[in-house]
Amino acid sequence: MLLVLEQALNGVQFGVTLFLMAAGLTLVFGIMNLVNLAHGALYMLGAYLAATFYQRTGSFFTALALALVVTLVIGILVELVALRTLYERDHLDQVLATFGLILFFNEMVAIVWGRAAIYAKLPAWLSGHIQVLPGIRYPLYRALVIVVGLLVAVLLWLLVNRTRLGMLIRAGASNRTMVSALGVNIRLLYTLVFGLGAALAGLAGLMAGPIYAVQIGMGEEILIQVFVVIVIGGIGSIKGALVGALVVGMVDTLGRAFLRPTLATVLSPSAADSAGPALASVLIYILMAAVLFFRPQGLFPAASR
Amino acid sequence: MRTVTRIAFLLLAMLLAVTPAAAQEKVKIGFITTLSGPQGVIGEHMKNSVELALDHLGRKIGGLPVEVIYGDDQVKPDVGKQVADEMLKRHKVHFVSGVIWSNVMLAVAPTVTAAGTFMIGTNAGPHDLAGKLCHELFFTTSWQNDQTPEAMGKYMQDQGITDVYAMAPNYAAGKDMVSGFKRYFKGKIVDEVYTKLGQTDYQAEISQLRAKNPKAVFVFYPGGMGIQFLKQYAEAGLRGQIPLYSVYTVDEISLPAVKEAASGQFETRYWSPDLKNAANEKYVNDFKKKYGKMPVFYGAQSYDGMFLIDSAVKAVKGNLADQKGMIAAMRKADYPSTRGKYTYNINHFPIQNFYLLKAVAGPGGEPVMQIQKTVFENHKDSYSKECGMKW
Amino acid sequence: MSRRAAVLAIGLVLLALVPPVAAAIGQPFYVDVFRRVMIFAIAAISLDLILGYGGMVSFGHAAYLGIGAYAVGIPAFYGIHNGWLQWTIAIVVSAAVALLIGAVSLRTSGVYFIMITLAFAQMLYYLGNSVEEYGGDDGMRLAARSALGVVDLRNGTTFYYVVLALLVLSLAVGHRLINSRFGMVVRGVRSNEPRMRAIGFSTFRYKLVAFMVAGAMCGLAGALLVNHTEYVTPEFMHWTRSGDIMFMVILGGMGTLGGPVLGAVVLRLLEDLILPAWTQHWQAILGPFLVLIVLFAKRGLVGLLPERRDG
Repeated sequence: MLLVLEQALNGVQFGVTLFLMAAGLTLVFGIMNLVNLAHGALYMLGAYLAATFYQRTGSFFTALALALVVTLVIGILVELVALRTLYERDHLDQVLATFGLILFFNEMVAIVWGRAAIYAKLPAWLSGHIQVLPGIRYPLYRALVIVVGLLVAVLLWLLVNRTRLGMLIRAGASNRTMVSALGVNIRLLYTLVFGLGAALAGLAGLMAGPIYAVQIGMGEEILIQVFVVIVIGGIGSIKGALVGALVVGMVDTLGRAFLRPTLATVLSPSAADSAGPALASVLIYILMAAVLFFRPQGLFPAASR
Repeated sequence: MRTVTRIAFLLLAMLLAVTPAAAQEKVKIGFITTLSGPQGVIGEHMKNSVELALDHLGRKIGGLPVEVIYGDDQVKPDVGKQVADEMLKRHKVHFVSGVIWSNVMLAVAPTVTAAGTFMIGTNAGPHDLAGKLCHELFFTTSWQNDQTPEAMGKYMQDQGITDVYAMAPNYAAGKDMVSGFKRYFKGKIVDEVYTKLGQTDYQAEISQLRAKNPKAVFVFYPGGMGIQFLKQYAEAGLRGQIPLYSVYTVDEISLPAVKEAASGQFETRYWSPDLKNAANEKYVNDFKKKYGKMPVFYGAQSYDGMFLIDSAVKAVKGNLADQKGMIAAMRKADYPSTRGKYTYNINHFPIQNFYLLKAVAGPGGEPVMQIQKTVFENHKDSYSKECGMKW
Repeated sequence: MSRRAAVLAIGLVLLALVPPVAAAIGQPFYVDVFRRVMIFAIAAISLDLILGYGGMVSFGHAAYLGIGAYAVGIPAFYGIHNGWLQWTIAIVVSAAVALLIGAVSLRTSGVYFIMITLAFAQMLYYLGNSVEEYGGDDGMRLAARSALGVVDLRNGTTFYYVVLALLVLSLAVGHRLINSRFGMVVRGVRSNEPRMRAIGFSTFRYKLVAFMVAGAMCGLAGALLVNHTEYVTPEFMHWTRSGDIMFMVILGGMGTLGGPVLGAVVLRLLEDLILPAWTQHWQAILGPFLVLIVLFAKRGLVGLLPERRDG
């Protein structure tokens, strides 16, 4: 029973990691109607920059701040140079152009940092454990990831629903022409939103650095799962992203942990041995197909589309 | 219309630009590896080692001038095969060498040998090529895939370790590694867990592992998967509690990215930078000098590959048409190998020693792999019986 | 004949001339290169049928490439080398899988459609990786090329002309389909689906049939690819392959028949031969090239041609 609880905690933690990525992606999609495959590239950059700055400065917080700012700036530059013209295009063009950006960023990282994975350090004061319940020790860093993720969720909700910027964002998403007619610089607004999305991806990346491998292509590995998250949640909805991320995190984690033992109670052990892992790998895709079968717009369709 | 014509001409011009000039009497070697993408790091080590070998050989192979053409397989079997075809039919090479991945090798090697050209593998050793698909024109300077986990199984068996928890990615190589391990390990296996290929987060599996309370853990997690698994294993606080044994998981490429999370890690391998022999010392020192980093076994094998070819061409005094003579020469493995002296099995796979390695703090505090003991002496692979080749 | 059709015809004649020219210059390697190019051209044409004409952005088209390949590889594994049988299986199974995927996916639209087709391809990719009997991720070698009676595929040139004939056939089938009543409806759906529905067409069924035809054609390309490579792996179904095929269509010009062929020629040569020979960082060139094509050549390379000479 304790094990189930511990795995549920793992599921929440994995879900929160996915949410950090999904929030930026779904924000950019919801506001600008842009499918950004290069979101994973920004995640990778966040991780590389944080690792490098930490090594150079020796201060964890300086590194965090610098990495976030630089990712934000790079995101804004990418928006200005390449993506700005894609807002009016169809999704196909966006998918292709941002696929091209993935190739470009991966290769640039190879040129700057080399192709080998780099070292990302976990600060000593974050490497301990906390006692969640008697019998469950949980890594402190993972607990921190949960806290940061939930904090980001709350801040985003406040930003979108309680601030003037958020009001403009919501207005811009539903009626772009009207908002610009009212004298709001919509281009600037979009650039800011994209920068925010990029910074969120960077944050996800720098949080991931100490526990995952900081290497080229790390963004794509997680990106497809993140797309599953926002498709299940309903593209463009922050709430959907949070729910989708938690559902996917939980289903994936519990599937990996318990699917094989469960199957073994109904199938022969050898059949369970081969079917369990195979099924666990595709569980989230099956989940997504099922959700879309019943709700073609995801669980929380964004109101404007 | 004109634009299209221009594009056509441009393409044609670019194609011709990459077509080499006609060859005269020189040894041509096509070296296939992965140069682009994340896995290009392995290819870079192999290419650098080939270049170092050529430096040491005075830019001559068997006394003849040499040209090495590098090809990028992009980790795709069909691309690898196309690159091989290009080397055979366009560059008309005498030897094809390299190849990191088993699947690329299974697509490339039969193509090369069917064309009557030597294939000198310097990494992948799939069991088919050691067994029923063995070929007189195929040699390898590496190992058969199963040999390394067999060595780990033997070591853990000898130590009387039991209650082992085995983990690997859910794909052919993962299953092969665990079955190779079990060929020599007869103790109790608590559980065998196969995870998704390319998985990034292992927290769920680590919780399951801890719940089963094993005495030791055996894993196979190559590349990035290994880096994440080791970091998360250490983060979960298991590093000091349950000893971790692995194959192809920690090497000189991943060590700089894992550092202390790997300390105390056990691996088995046929080679290590600290292996004491003249050829290896020269290779390791000059590699460090020229490229500023530690070499890795992928590189050592590729370095050996060039010397093996050199020994063959020398034996036939540069008569590249004498394939029988070159086969006979290579079977002797008469060259200064970085692993020291070894012999060839009937299937042209090395019969060689395997060592237990441990990640320990090196001179500068950075972790390095260090040989602890010899696990196998002159170890033969398990598939040579299926190979019908006669010497 | 329009200029585009003329260019396409000239292109096909040039492709037919590849084997004799390659033999004349002593570089038979180019026969292999262009055979591979044409196989991908067939895959690209099949995607264009739904993408360019039907507006269905399938991001999982490489799945059928894999299905077609395994449909040849698995019978061959059991010693069945009859090509007619293998290729029929490839086409039928691809069509059946496309029917299933389409039945679920076509209920959605826009980004949801892109992602759900991607998800299905991922499922098949992981399935291929975990089926040990057929080599898992290692894949398996094709013991022998498909046996087609008197047509001997082991002869590289013969195989080349078989692929060329199938390419021409694919173009012809595509041409017939597009200009049929069926094709009109599918194209109508692309520009205005509600209107087509209002007129009384069951647009879902039309789209589903188009999706199936495209899957079947791509399955055939897969059957050819496995014969060309003599090797099959789940890697054929990787999502980057789907992206690759999609890029061929866009690069050449979607919604045209010659476009995918031109796109396949240019992209395959760039990716496989030209760029890697220049630098190992070729992806840093290819990436921005992709972006530029999307941004500035909306109608692809074919779009650079004038529409028609005669009106």
